[in-house]
Order: sequence, then C-alpha cells, then structure tokens
Amino acid sequence: MRVGRLKAMAVKEMLQVWRDPRSLMIALLMPIMQMVLLGYGVNLDAKHVPVCTFDREGSQLSEALLKRFQASAYFAIVDVVDTYRAVTADLDRGDCRIAIVVPPDFSERLSDSGSSSVQAIIDGTDDNTANLALGYAQAVVSGFSSDVQIRFSASQGQWMPRPPPLSIDARVWFNEDLESRNFIIPGVVAMVMALVGSQLTSLTISRDWERGTMELLVSTPVTPMEVMLGKLLPYFVIGFLDAALCLAFAVFWFEVPFRGTILTLFVTTALFLVVVLCIGYLISVMIRSQLGASQIALLVTMLPTALLSGYTFPIDQMPAPIRAITYLVHARYYVTILKSVFLKGLGVFDLAGPVLAMVIYAAVVAVFASRAFRKRLD
Amino acid sequence: MSAAQPKGEPRIVVEGLVKRFGSFTAVDHVTFRIAEGEIVGFIGPNGAGKSTTIRILCGLLRPSEGRAVVAGIDVTRDPEAVRQHIGYMSQKFSLYGDLTVAENLRFFGSIYGVPRAVLGERMRFAVEMAGLSGREDALVSTLAGGWKQRLALGCAILHRPPILFLDEPTSGVDPESRRRFWDLIHALAADGVTVLVSTHYMDEAEYCNRVALINQGRLVAMGSPVELKRRGLGGDLLLIETDALGLALAALEGAPGVRDVAAFGNTLHVLVDAAALAQRDLPKRLADHGVADARIASIEPTLEDIFVRLVATSAAAGAAS
Repeated sequence: MRVGRLKAMAVKEMLQVWRDPRSLMIALLMPIMQMVLLGYGVNLDAKHVPVCTFDREGSQLSEALLKRFQASAYFAIVDVVDTYRAVTADLDRGDCRIAIVVPPDFSERLSDSGSSSVQAIIDGTDDNTANLALGYAQAVVSGFSSDVQIRFSASQGQWMPRPPPLSIDARVWFNEDLESRNFIIPGVVAMVMALVGSQLTSLTISRDWERGTMELLVSTPVTPMEVMLGKLLPYFVIGFLDAALCLAFAVFWFEVPFRGTILTLFVTTALFLVVVLCIGYLISVMIRSQLGASQIALLVTMLPTALLSGYTFPIDQMPAPIRAITYLVHARYYVTILKSVFLKGLGVFDLAGPVLAMVIYAAVVAVFASRAFRKRLD
Repeated sequence: MSAAQPKGEPRIVVEGLVKRFGSFTAVDHVTFRIAEGEIVGFIGPNGAGKSTTIRILCGLLRPSEGRAVVAGIDVTRDPEAVRQHIGYMSQKFSLYGDLTVAENLRFFGSIYGVPRAVLGERMRFAVEMAGLSGREDALVSTLAGGWKQRLALGCAILHRPPILFLDEPTSGVDPESRRRFWDLIHALAADGVTVLVSTHYMDEAEYCNRVALINQGRLVAMGSPVELKRRGLGGDLLLIETDALGLALAALEGAPGVRDVAAFGNTLHVLVDAAALAQRDLPKRLADHGVADARIASIEPTLEDIFVRLVATSAAAGAAS
C-alpha cells in the first residue's frame, strides 16, 4: 500500500462528492430531514388524548370531576354530549379515544353508600394508547377521590384523614420526566447514521462501474486496499460531520439530556461508522449499478434497524428467536450505547460489551469488504 | 517502417489464446508476437474479439485457454506486475468527467506512482500533447471528442509505459483529430514504445507497421499492409467501369483467368491471375457479351479488399475441412 496512491484516491473521491449533487444531498440534507421526521414522527407519549364527556347528572360534584379531566395535560376534552348515541358516534369517527360518562345518580350514591363510579368507554384499537388513557383516567379519578375523602373527613370533624395503608414511593432514574422522546431520540440518531452511512458508500464503486471509469482504474497498479481506504476516508469524515450534526440536533433541538462524555461518543461513533460505511462499500462492490446498490443498502439497513435495533421496540420483550436475530443487527449495539451515554452517562469501559461487539462487527465487515473487490472485469 | 518481421525481442507473446463467455467463443486460438517499438493494428468488425484480446493482455480478463506474456510476464500468473508496464485506453472513455484536465492527470500520475519531482513536467507534456494548454481547469466532460481521446492517451503514458494498449482510440473522432492522434502514436513508437491498437477503420491500418486481421475471434492474417496486399489476394486487381454493370458481371464470372468478381459501388473489382494477360483478353470477352463501354484499369487493392477476400477464403476453408 502506498500513501501517495491512497491520498490520490481520497482526494479524487472528495472532489467527486463535492461536485455530485446527489451525493451531497445524501451527505448533508438526508440526516437533517430524517432527524426531523423520525424525531417528531415517533412519539410514544399519550398526551392530550381526545375525550368526550357525557354528564348525565349535571351536579356540582360531577362538574368538578370533569373539570379535573379538562385540567389534565393528558386529556383534551373535544366534545361534550348529552346522549349515548352521540358518544358512540364520536368513538366511531375516532374523534375521541375515550368517553367519560357520569351516571345520573353519581352524587346520590356517593353520599348514600360512600362509594360511586363513573364509566369510561375506551377505543381499544390502539392498545398502547388505550392502556395509557385508562391509566391516566384512573389517576385523575383517584386524585379526585382522595380530595372527596379529605373533604368528607373534614366535615366529620376529623382533622387528619387516614393515609392509605400501603403506597409506592416512586423515583424514576435516567429519564426522570418519563419523556419517551428522551428514550427515542438517541435511537433515531443511530437509525439515521445507519441509513446515511451505508447510502453514502453504496454509490462509490457502482458509480465507477456505471460511468466506465472502473475499467481504467483496474488496469492501473492501484491495490484493492488502496481503493477501499481511499474511497472510505472521505465518507468517514462526512459521516462524522453528519453524526455531530445529528447529535447536536438531539441535544440542542430535542433537548435530550446528555450525561456522557464527548470522547465516549467519538470512539463509539467512529466504530459504528466503520461498520456502516463498509456495509455500503460491500454492497457497492457487489452491485454494479448505483440505483440498485442504493436500494439494496436502504433495504438491508432500514428494516432491521427500525424493527430489531431496539430503538423503539424493546429487545428484551421480543420472543427468544427474534431476540437472537437482533444480535446480527449492527445498530442494536450503537442504540444501546447511545441511550446509555445520553441518559446514564456511561463511559467506554462501562459499555465494554456492546463496544466489543461493535469492534468484532467492524473487523468482520471490513475484512469482507476488503476482499470483495477484484481488479477484474469477469 | 514496414517491418515485415518483428524486430528485436518480442514484448507481447500470445499463444493459442481462447476466451469463452458461456457458449460464445470471443477469442478463438489466437497466436502472435509483437516486437519492441512496433505499432500493430487489430483490424476487424465490431464483436470480432479485439477488445477481449486487449483486456486479457491488460490482465482484466482471465483467458480460458492459452498463454499471454506481456513485457516478459505471464498475465494470468501476475496481472499486477504487468500493470506497471502498460498504459491502457479503454474503448469507452474512462477518465473522470467531473474532474478537470489537471485533476485527472494528477490522479492517474499518482496512481501510477509517478515521482512528484517529475509529475509536474509530465503533466505539462501531456497537456501540450493533447493540445489543451490553457484549459487545464476545464471539466473533462466539457471537452470535445478529439481532445478527450488525446487527454486519455496523455493519461495512459504519464508513467512512460513501454507497452501501450489502445482499444479503438479514434472511434467517433473527426478525421483531423484522428490524423493528429496517429502522429502521436508514431512519435511514441519512435521512442521505442510498443503499441497495440484496435480500430474498425480500415484506412487506419495503413498507419501500422503490421496489421492483424481479426474476424469472429480468429486471427485471419497478420503482416505489414504491403505484404498483406501482395499475399492476401494471390493475384492482381482490376477495376472495371461500365454502364452495363450486370452484363459485365455475368460475362466475367467463371471466365478463364478470372478468380473473383465483386461489385464495388457502380464499378467492378475483378481479381485475375495476371493483370497483363487479363487486360489483353477481357475487352474482347466483354464486347462479345454486349458490353462495349468498359474501361479497365489496374489498381492497388485496399486492405478492405484483402479483408473481404481473406474472410471469404478462410470461411470456405473452414467449411471444407
């Protein structure tokens, strides 16, 4: 391997990227677009769940209860109706996800028997949102319920209401506000880098084949290793710029807390870039058309990363065979690392497991990539 | 110039070379030698196997059978070593269109390992040779065909290779540019560079020291243009001009001393055993068949005549055996 040839390859490739609008777009615009799309698009929090209310009593007490729903950030009252038929219509149309119905004898039963209930009709098509909505509704009602109890105790002349016998003293670590965004955005960065990284290099070799420039290149004394390193080097730099862009976007725009060190991020991102760039290069060597190579690169990175990297769907809740497959998904390790670095502030040594896995991954892919390119036409 | 036999040591040796793509035989038992400083032309129609042979010699394709030795190195055994000694111009233009003239030259100079100390001077030479002085910063994709080809040649000789493979370097280039291109090739050969150049322009064969006629993967004949013309026909060529072309054709076919008659435009090319004899006998025979206005002249055969003739005889020989 000669440094002069390596440098010539790298400079040539850089000039070509700089002059090729398609490459430049992938390099600079795609990561930002994907950060915005995925960052805003994927949101597992149920806030402002649309509610419709049907108050069949119209008492002071029932109105006070419904005001609680109105005040909650988790709900937004979108419709106030006065028939069951209207409730059904709202749920059918999807105007609301949950309907709260206060029975006509709500206050009466409360004062008679000391206990009463309200009805919640929930649209269960999206089980996740339904579960969350039910939980939130229970929380609102139980809050109201203890207020009622306190007032009742006070009216009976008891100064201190009896506390419930058992309670949980909950304290949330790492993602204190339980914002799903904090959990997802680091994963989005991994996803974007996986996509962009292999897209960038998927065009390099196929472009030379398509334009006919490869025939001359392979007739020169340049070695396959010089070709590979010379072509990857500029994209490594671009990839780092993209990663910095995405990470900065995560911290400053989405305001995900960042508790780790830049160095950890630097080391692990470099490793991940080697993996994704080599995968793109490998595809580019095997598929001699630019369009084909970029499609294949998209296919092999998009689906596994979106579904099996753990960026939205937790891996430990997957069935065992699927979980076994996730070990083959490169982004799995980077997702784990980014989440830990962002939210837990872990360093390289705390993350020895996934880091080692990425080192092995990078080594294997790099060996395959370096051997794939043959200086022959047949 | 018209060296009939290779002078000096052979730089390219090809023996029994065969290349098959599936059931198609692109190169069919080709054998030849090329000496130092020779310009050898591969002449033949498209798909004759010229490019395939050149690609094998560059180490880009592996031969199915036979042996190819370039600069004393077996191309199958050590293609990388061969690449240090050769310059190659592929059939399809293969410089980088999105790089400038200077950037292309610098890139290929570095890839070929031209020392930095001489690269600048070699680049200047290449730019001058291509007639691109002052346009060093132009993107190559904006250049016209002739300039592109000369620049590609410039790139191929940056590292001063002793052997040059040029695959249809002049296709799609205007005649003036083609002449200039051949001047460059002659200048290189004068410096001892061995040149193997393919073309489908028959007239370009005249620029070569030796010509290899190739058809359907087979080497039909090889020799200097003069030698091929003399040997290839096995007789003399007469040109007959007449208004009664059909009558004349019928009169001459099968006539004693006439080997072959072929229509060339609105004239006849007649191959005879001996020109002197025929010029005495033929006017009478033509007149007997009602062709009164025939003008007969002895002409030099072109390589195209030879090629057509040789392909016909080799096909006949192939059918007979």
